[in-house]
Amino acid sequence: MTTETPVIASALLINEVGLHARPAVKLTQLAKSFRAAVELALGPEGPWVDAKSPVRIMRVKAPKGAVLHFRASGGDADAAIGALVDLVGRGFDEAAGEGAGRA
Amino acid sequence: MPEARHHGRPAAPGFASGRVVTLDMAVAERRAGGDREQEMTALRAAVVKAVTELSALAAEADDDAAGILGFQIALLEDDALSEPAFAAIASGIPADAAWRDALDDEIAGYRAGEDETFHARAADLADLRDRVLDHLGAGAIAPDVTRGSIVAATDLPPSRFLAIDWRAGGAVLLSEGSRNSHVAMLARARGVPMIVGLGIDPIRLAGEALVDATCGELVLDPAPATRADFEARRRSHEHGATQAAIRIGDPAVTADGVAVAVHINVASPDELASLSPAICDGIGLVRTEFLFSGGSLPDEEAQYRVYRRLAEWSNGKPVTIRTLDAGGDKPVVGLTTAGESNPFLGVRGVRLSLSYPDVFAVQLRALARAACHGKVRIMLPMVTLPDELEAARALLDKEMAALRAAGVAAERPPLGIMVEVPAAALAIERFDAAFFSVGSNDLTQYVTAAGRDIAAVADLADPLNAAVLRLIRLVVEHGHASGREVSLCGDAGGDPAAIEALLRTGLRSLSVAPAALAATKAAIGRTDLGQ
Repeated sequence: MTTETPVIASALLINEVGLHARPAVKLTQLAKSFRAAVELALGPEGPWVDAKSPVRIMRVKAPKGAVLHFRASGGDADAAIGALVDLVGRGFDEAAGEGAGRA
Repeated sequence: MPEARHHGRPAAPGFASGRVVTLDMAVAERRAGGDREQEMTALRAAVVKAVTELSALAAEADDDAAGILGFQIALLEDDALSEPAFAAIASGIPADAAWRDALDDEIAGYRAGEDETFHARAADLADLRDRVLDHLGAGAIAPDVTRGSIVAATDLPPSRFLAIDWRAGGAVLLSEGSRNSHVAMLARARGVPMIVGLGIDPIRLAGEALVDATCGELVLDPAPATRADFEARRRSHEHGATQAAIRIGDPAVTADGVAVAVHINVASPDELASLSPAICDGIGLVRTEFLFSGGSLPDEEAQYRVYRRLAEWSNGKPVTIRTLDAGGDKPVVGLTTAGESNPFLGVRGVRLSLSYPDVFAVQLRALARAACHGKVRIMLPMVTLPDELEAARALLDKEMAALRAAGVAAERPPLGIMVEVPAAALAIERFDAAFFSVGSNDLTQYVTAAGRDIAAVADLADPLNAAVLRLIRLVVEHGHASGREVSLCGDAGGDPAAIEALLRTGLRSLSVAPAALAATKAAIGRTDLGQ
C-alpha cells in the first residue's frame, strides 16, 4: 500500500434496526473479500474503524438513518467501495422482520 | 405452597403448564494455574473450541438460528474481541478472569445507550463469554432440562434455547430479557411461549407453573379453580389461533359467494419478512415515504433495489407502488414547504413531485427498472386534475426513452391514480388512468371537511358518510363501465365494521394492513350481499 489518496464514499443506512448483527457480518465479510484496507465512520471526520472487524463495527452502533462513510486504500479500493455502498444501498438484502431472526 | 402470581411482559404468545426448571448461569471461579504463556494458549484453544461448537450447531440450524450463530462465530473469530483479554493475561491476570472482564466490558458497551436492539445483543455476547469459560474449565452448570419444561433464567442465550427440545411444549420465563432479543424472536418463530421482565430472581421460581404468555402472567402452585380457568383460556386461544390461520390463507369470498380481492398495504419492506405472498392477492399500496425519511434523498439505485425486492416477493402478483406522498402530515426535509397555513390543502403528493421533476424522475426510473422483475404498477397520490396525470405520464415517457437509449433494462409500468380529492372522484371519467384506488382516509376528510388529525371532529370524519360512499360508488361504476380496476386502500378497508357498506358500493378489491388481513377476510366471509 502506498500513500495514494484514499477512495471515499458514503451511503444511507436504511435497515430498520440499524447496522446490527446480520448486516454487520455481511459488511465485514464483503470488506474482507478485498485486499484494500477499508474503514468505516459515522462522519466524514471519523473516528474510523476497521470495516473488516465485526466487533469494531458493532461498537459503532450505527442506527437506521445514519450515513455510513467508507474510505479505502490499496489495490482494489475502488471496487471495495463500490461493493460496500451497493450493499448498504440495497439494505443488506435483508427482508428483515419478525420471524426472520433479524438483527 | 399457596398460589403465587407474577407478571412480566409477553414476548412470545401462548400457554404452557408444567414444572419450572431454573438455569443457573452463574459462572464458577476458575482456579488459576499455569504461567502467562500457558494461559494465552488455553484461551486460544477455548475460543477455537467454542467456534467449533457453534459451527456444528449452525450446520444443523434453520436460517433464523444460523444467522444468529453466524454472528456469534464472526465475533469470536475477530481478534478485536479477545485483544483486551490477551493484554490482561500479559499483565498477569488468569485467562478466565481476563476473558470474563473483557467480555463484561464489551457487554456493558452494548447495554449502554438507548438502543433496545443493541441491549438485546448483550445476551449473544454473554453466551460467548460462558461458552469460552466452559472450555477454560470454569463452565456454567449444565441444567437438567427435560422435554416440556418451563425454563426459568435471568436471560437466555440463543444457543442454549436451541439446545432444548421444544417439540413437547414448554415455555421460557426470564427475570430480565427483552422482547427484541434474538431468543424472543426464536421463541415467536417456534411458537414457544415466553414472558420477559418478570423481575424476580429465577432461583425463587419453583414448583408447578401455569404460563399465560398472551398477557404475561405466571401462576405458581395454582389452586384448582385457577387451573380450570387457565385451561379454558388456553382452549379458546388455541381455537382462535387455528381459525385465524385457516382464514388468512383462504381466498376472501362473501357468504353468498362473491369473490373479493384482498391486497396488503406496505409501509416498509421489512414487514414482508414473515409474510408469504400466498396469503394475499398482491400489494395494493407501498408507501414509499420510508425511503425519504433518512435525511437525504435516496438515489435511483437504492430505490431500484427496494422496489425490485418488493416485486420479487410478490411472485407474479401485482405490486402497486405509490410515488412519494410527502406533504400534509408527512414532511420530507428539503422537499416539503414548512409553515403552510393548511398543509393538507397545500403542496403535497403528486403536486410536490411535479414541482421537483428531477426528484420525481429518479423515482419513475427506479420503478420502470424494477418492473422487469414483477408486476409493478405506479400509483400517483393526490391527483386533482387530468393534467397532473398527463404531466406524470409525459415524464415517464421521457425517462423510458432515456433508459432505452442507455440500454438499461426497464419496462413501462401501468400508471394509475389514487382517488382521494373529491374533484377527481366527481369527474372520474376525465382521467385516463390504468386503474383507480380510493384513498378513503383523505377522501373522507376532504368530503366531510373534518381533519383526520383533529380529535374534536373525529365523529364527522366517518368513511361511511353517505356522501363518501356515493363518491366511491361513482368511481366503481365508472371502473366497471370502462374496464378499469377500482380498489380501496384506506383504513376503512381493514375495519370489519365498514366492510359490508364498502362491498355494497360495488367494490370488489381492498388493500389493508397485514395485521388486519385475517380479520378483513373473516368480515368478508360473514357478509351476505344477497346475490
